[in-house]
This record gives sequence, structure tokens and C-alpha cells, in this order.
Amino acid sequence: MGEVLVITSGKGGVGKTTATANIGTGLALMGKKIVMVDTDIGLRNLDVVMGLENRIVYDIVDVVQGNCRLKQALIKDKRFENMYLLPAAQTKDKTAVSEEQMKNLSDNLKTEFDYIVIDCPAGIEQGFKNAIAGAEKAVVVTTPEVSAVRDADRIVGLLESSGLREPKLIINRIRPQMVKKGDMMSMEDIIEILAVDLLGVVPDDESVVVSTNRGEPAVMDKASRAGQAFRNISQRITGEEIPLMNLEANSGWLEKIKRWVTKS
Amino acid sequence: MNLLEFLNRFFGRDNGASKDVAKERLRLVLVHDRVNISPQVVEALKEDLISVINKYMEIDQASLEVSLNSSDGTMALVANIPVLGIRRGA
Ligand SMILES: Nc1ncnc2c1ncn2[C@@H]1O[C@H](COP(=O)(O)OP(=O)(O)OP(=O)(O)O)[C@@H](O)[C@H]1O
Ligand SMILES: [Mg+2]
Repeated sequence: MGEVLVITSGKGGVGKTTATANIGTGLALMGKKIVMVDTDIGLRNLDVVMGLENRIVYDIVDVVQGNCRLKQALIKDKRFENMYLLPAAQTKDKTAVSEEQMKNLSDNLKTEFDYIVIDCPAGIEQGFKNAIAGAEKAVVVTTPEVSAVRDADRIVGLLESSGLREPKLIINRIRPQMVKKGDMMSMEDIIEILAVDLLGVVPDDESVVVSTNRGEPAVMDKASRAGQAFRNISQRITGEEIPLMNLEANSGWLEKIKRWVTKS
Repeated sequence: MNLLEFLNRFFGRDNGASKDVAKERLRLVLVHDRVNISPQVVEALKEDLISVINKYMEIDQASLEVSLNSSDGTMALVANIPVLGIRRGA
């Protein structure tokens, strides 16, 4: 039986879709059989981030409304033997599926896959409720900003009152230089305030933009720092204990000089 | 001042600490956000208040209002209880 994981955030644009694509691909790289489900109906994104936008025939709404069989709507990623995408519908709206239907869909997928990674839409309305309906574990993504952390706190509350206890946090787009200067909250600051478990910290990294341009998640790029962070996160999801990476390594010439100075 | 501190000053990174401002603001806003008491709790509180006050005063139960207000970082329970009369010998 597979595990259903939903990637949420509250505030929009903090990296849910990026996290879903990278965690999904990261798990597939580890040999797991996975499916990513885009529940952002009306604002389909995961297909482009994954580079699978030209392969869509049916979508999640077709599946729940019985216009096609589940197997017909699943897009098989040619780069990996064991990775699939169930795309969102682009022309319908969030009310096109119900919580009950999402729950049934997750139960079906669980019999086929090791991990079902669900990309949640922004907000706390019906789309969010649908996305979490069939989930067993939740991840909350935030950036180190007041507004994003505040919304993350709200989401943690909503998840817990929906029975998704102990959601795990990903802090995305950390800029180590700014943290060092005292101009950005550190992961310790955020964890202290939210009182949740940390799943991982992902640096703000240009390689995410480059990989999104190409439709190849950063985890596929060995040299990407963000990719490394997401590979670590994927491993933690499977239960491995991986230490947090040192975000400051190679983080600029000034840091190198400083380290050299402090050493000498 | 050691060389590291000097470098920090030189590159203008010694004061800042705007994250402390962020953290403090976040802490305050979350205190308020989290005090979102459920309507059931407020109802139960109302009923308890009525039964206590009823011993001493006759009150207009229908127009009793209870709410949580907050301003300037402090929270207050505000109850508006119209009194119709005082009970004698209570
Ligand atoms: N670690 C990172 N470094 C650099 N850019 C990033 C990082 N994470 C996300 N981004 C960029 O931030 C933007 C928003 O990311 P994404 O689409 O994943 O957010 P989202 O939470 O899914 O948004 P929405 O709420 O609209 O669904 C994208 O352009 C993405 O490339
Ligand atoms: Mg998204």
C-alpha cells in the first residue's frame, strides 16, 4: 500500500509545485514507483515544470467524472520507468471535483504506487480541502518571510483539525548570506515560531529557474544545490536519516575569504 | 576588532538584523491568529456566565454579547451584559 503525501503552503508562489516535482522525481530516482497529482484545477502548472505539457490527453476531472479510465489519464514519464503524472484540468474550476472523489482517487492510486505526491493549490478554500481529502501525510512549504510563515501557521492548524497530524515543514528559498547578515529569518527562527518538525531547507537557487525552463526538475542536476536539498528531502520521506546540508558551503567569494580569514 | 569584524563592517553587514523585527511581528500576529476560539467554546462560556451572574442580577440573556478583542499586542475578553435588575437578598 502506497503513501499519500500532500504538498501545501497557504500563501501562493512559495514553491509547492517546485517541491512536488522535485520530491516526486527524487523518489523516482530512488527507485520508488510514484505518481504526482496536480490538483490546482484551472491553474495547471506541474505538467510544464515536469516538461510533460505536450503529452496530456485526459486530466483529473475526466477521471473523477468517468470520461476515461484512470490508466488512460496517467502520463508516463519517459525519463523514468516508474514515474507518472496525473494532470489538473485547465478549463474547469476547483468545484469540478469533490472531497469524496479525491479520497476515492487516492485510495485507487495507493494500490498501484509507492508514493502519491499531491500538489495543492494556494489558499484555504475548496481546492485545498480537495487536495488534502485523501492524504495521510502533509508537507507545508514556506519561505522565510512574515506573510508566508503566518499563512503556514494557519495551514498547520487547518491540517491538524482535518486529522493530518504533525505536518512537516520545508523552508524554501533561504539565502544564507542574508541570514548571516541578520536580514532573513533562519530555519531556527522559523521552527521556533511554528513549532513543527523540519523536513528540509532549500536554498534560493538560480538552477531552479534554469531547470524549470527546461522542464527537468533540479534533483536531476547533480550540481544543483537546491537539487541536493530536494534529494535529501526525498530520502527523509522514505525514512532515511539525512543530516541538513550546509547551506553556506560555496555560497560566494566573500564567504570564502571570511572562512580563510577565520581559519588563519 | 578582529579582521573578521573589520570585514563585516567594511561590507556594511554589522547592524541590520531586520530579521529580529520580522520575528517579533510574526510572533505577535500569530498570537492573535491562534486565538481563534471556536463558536462552541464561546457559547459554552456565555451559558456559564449567565448562570453565575443570574444569581446576583436579572440580565437580558438574549442580548448578551461576548467577544475576544485585541489591540496593541494585548487580548481582552469583552462581555456586554444588559442588567434588568438586581436580585434582593442575593
Ligand atoms: N528554491 C528556489 N530557488 C529559486 N526559485 C525558486 C525556488 N523555489 C521556487 N522558485 C520559483 O518560485 C516560483 C514559484 O514557485 P512554484 O510555482 O513552485 O510555487 P507554488 O507554491 O506552486 O505557486 P502557486 O501557489 O501559484 O501554485 C517559480 O518561478 C519557481 O521557479
Ligand atoms: Mg503551484
